[in-house]
Amino acid sequence: MTVTTDKPTMIEFRDVHKYYGDYHALRGINATIKAGEFFSLLGPSGCGKTTLLRTIAGFEGISSGVVLIDGKDVAGIPPNNRPTNMVFQSYAIFPHLTVEQNVGFGLRKDPRSKEDKARAVDEALAMVGLSGYGKRAAHALSGGQRQRVALARALILKPKVLLLDEPLSALDKKLRENMQVELIKLQRQVGITFILVTHDQEEALVMSDRIAVMFEGEIAQLDDPETLYRLPKTRAVANFIGTMNFLPAKIIAEGAGKVEVEAQGFGRVILDEQKQVTGQTSPGGCTIGFRPETATILFEGQNAPDRESMATVEEVVYYGDMTYYDVRLDGTSEPMRLSMRNTFGRPVLDIGTRARIGWSPGALVMFR
Amino acid sequence: MKLPTLRIYTIAYLIFLYAPIIILPIFAFNNSTAVAFPLQGFTTQWFGQVWADPALREALKNSLIVAVSTSVLSTFFGILAARASTRYSFPGSGPVLGLIMLPMVLPEMIMAMALLVVFLSVGIPLSLFTIILGDVLICTPFAVAILTSAFQSLDRSLEEAAQDLGEGPFSTFYLVILPLVMPGIISATLICFTISIDEFIIANFLGSGQKLLSTYIFGQLRFPKNVPNIMALGTILVGVSIALLSLAEFFRRRGIAKTGAKDTGGFL
Amino acid sequence: MSEPFPRNRFWVSEAASGLALISPTAIFAILLLAAPLATTLLYSVFTDGYLTVIPQFQICNYIGECHSRLADGSVEPQAYLGAWSDPVVLSLMQRSLFVSVLVTATTVLLAYPVAYFVSFNVEASRKSLWLFLITIPFWTSYVIRVFMWNVMISRTGVINSALEGLHIISDPLQMSFTIQAMVVTLAHAYAPFAILPIYVALEKIDRSLLEAGQDLGETRFTTFLRVTLPLSMTGVIAAVLIVFIPVIGDYITPNLIGGGKIPMIANMIEKQMLKADNRPLGSAIAVSAMLVVGLVSVLFLFLNRRYLRAQK
Repeated sequence: MTVTTDKPTMIEFRDVHKYYGDYHALRGINATIKAGEFFSLLGPSGCGKTTLLRTIAGFEGISSGVVLIDGKDVAGIPPNNRPTNMVFQSYAIFPHLTVEQNVGFGLRKDPRSKEDKARAVDEALAMVGLSGYGKRAAHALSGGQRQRVALARALILKPKVLLLDEPLSALDKKLRENMQVELIKLQRQVGITFILVTHDQEEALVMSDRIAVMFEGEIAQLDDPETLYRLPKTRAVANFIGTMNFLPAKIIAEGAGKVEVEAQGFGRVILDEQKQVTGQTSPGGCTIGFRPETATILFEGQNAPDRESMATVEEVVYYGDMTYYDVRLDGTSEPMRLSMRNTFGRPVLDIGTRARIGWSPGALVMFR
Repeated sequence: MKLPTLRIYTIAYLIFLYAPIIILPIFAFNNSTAVAFPLQGFTTQWFGQVWADPALREALKNSLIVAVSTSVLSTFFGILAARASTRYSFPGSGPVLGLIMLPMVLPEMIMAMALLVVFLSVGIPLSLFTIILGDVLICTPFAVAILTSAFQSLDRSLEEAAQDLGEGPFSTFYLVILPLVMPGIISATLICFTISIDEFIIANFLGSGQKLLSTYIFGQLRFPKNVPNIMALGTILVGVSIALLSLAEFFRRRGIAKTGAKDTGGFL
Repeated sequence: MSEPFPRNRFWVSEAASGLALISPTAIFAILLLAAPLATTLLYSVFTDGYLTVIPQFQICNYIGECHSRLADGSVEPQAYLGAWSDPVVLSLMQRSLFVSVLVTATTVLLAYPVAYFVSFNVEASRKSLWLFLITIPFWTSYVIRVFMWNVMISRTGVINSALEGLHIISDPLQMSFTIQAMVVTLAHAYAPFAILPIYVALEKIDRSLLEAGQDLGETRFTTFLRVTLPLSMTGVIAAVLIVFIPVIGDYITPNLIGGGKIPMIANMIEKQMLKADNRPLGSAIAVSAMLVVGLVSVLFLFLNRRYLRAQK
């Protein structure tokens, strides 16, 4: 999942704005998507991610700015003349046609012979694991099969970019997880750019090379999954991707690439400005953040790896393999969420228990 | 309230609804000019007389001309209005659709008289053509209602998918939209045909005296000796109506099955 | 942020396509519906001439006495009464209203249990078959159906001859030419108009609400009164409107069943427009009838709004 910066640019947005009447749906999108990349647009519903995808496909015009596909400004080019194909959220399988006719729909103007086209359809069906389903009526398919037909139908046209609009949201959990893996394999196999729209952060993290997190018509952060998770640029991004605990803090001293802060409950810590400080510089207060799995409850006989603070258990949520604790550090007002793996022999603590919390300054993030 | 009384009541109600239609064929084959019990024996002479009546053939021809033209025109207007209202949002769509649907709730006599006044003052001579215009006005709301539900059940992304796969607006229409709404189109056409054949007030007041089936029947009612003929003719008409409606229902259901949608019942 | 220049381009083109597409139908409706209705309105305040209408404004077609013009343009000495001053028109209007109210009440009351039965007691897969059965008679020729009622209820007709044959009655019942006969005929004619809207409203009721009603201690019957009936009122109101409007303007039934002896307002409009050739008066009566229909509709739509709001 490393970003290869030497790959050529496939799609570029330059200051793209989009209005619906008075509603400002896209507010100055700037981004580049590389060739062969698995790229995700992630955000809550109404954030503009689907609108942005549809500007690539050509279903939405833009109010200002430029969209380039493979170096070419696509303004005014209708969807049927763009080198992109789409897998729709509802799959949009033509209900009056068979599976075969659906997959071969886009080949109508293809100059190849009938036999060649039929072979192409068979190959496409084989690629998505639906060999032998060609003669079936489309409306008789299951959700997962429909999705495969939609994929085959789009990929048979050998697009430069495949657009996927929440393709897994209609599937149940098990099937969704299987399809995630299959989609990743498929993308590696065909090697073209995949752009996925999703509101499921886990799905985005699992599948993508890079993710653009969008809020209210803007890209809040565009990074690879690990950076997004470890060093979110804003508290909103940190909260949207996983869970993060926040502690109010004060900057004590700054210099030589280090920042010393005084955090409620944790005391004084020194952070690496390069690796641990995020967001724009703003004077005065700052916030320290840490993920639930980066701090731990120290059970009897365990020693802190680095630093130790005292806390009280306020809430216990038992998940089987995991237990989530809400603990309140001494000297703080808000509880922090910790996640503990229920390894053998480890007890589940009761509410009200006093506990030692072990943590390390290296796992903290500072938001300016 | 799962009482058998409700079922019995409903069946009694259906008998009330069907009474005239059931009585009709019984007396159409009855060998007597008096429409009364006891029955006098089986005959097909009334059907023979109907067949032999040249005035009736003329009325039938006129009715067919009017009904075919009306159903084609109404369905055409219905397609445009239903497509426009389901696919596009545009200013004034509410009032415009309201006007188009208004004939459904206006007393027909008022519409007929208003139309008559305008035809006469503008100088359009009354003819089959003016009857067609009036019938189209009455039928279009029904066509719009049927077709709107047909167009509504179309997933918008199907159209986009066709475009995405390389089809232009025109080929998208005939490759995807038309096949999917075709059952709706057929059922709208058949319903409009049926309404037009049965329509009396427009035919009576907006024609120039040419008889249509409905006005012909109305005219014959004054002569008691013609009553059995009317019953024979009525039997044929009701039979054809039911056949056409069953056909319309068949196509409507096939349309639903085709798109895999859920049946929400009835035409209206 | 700078003003993006083609800000509304997409919506403008969308609106333009929609308008272009609907325009043939809309123009047809404007020419053949809006324009004639406007003409009727105009005629109702003009002066009646000999075989023509003189564009001279007057209100007497509605209230007071009116004079027609003769062929030579002179004023006809004998006056006629305006629609709202003429006791004949008023009594016809009253009768039309009375018959319509009676028919509407009968139709809706008779229809409710049928709609209820189809919605609640019929299996989902057979519902559309039942609806189809209910709508079939409605689609067969109205003239023939009215004529059949005439045949059935006449003095020597089907019902009387059957009853006499079974020795239930000795003298034939007088059913023709009565208001009751008209009500039955009209209730028959407009039955599906009442059943379908009520059925649609009943179908929309979340079945768990009924279980909730019973769970909260109501019997089936009180659940019906307190939950089902109020929730289906929008359908009942729609049914009332959709039956009432065409019935008040019905022409064939008074003509055939009433034998011309019990005319309603539509027959009066026809008489003034054609036989008496007084188009301004005919128009005034037509406009008055539309006003009555409009008032009743507004009243019921208002009721409907209240019910809808009560549900939210």
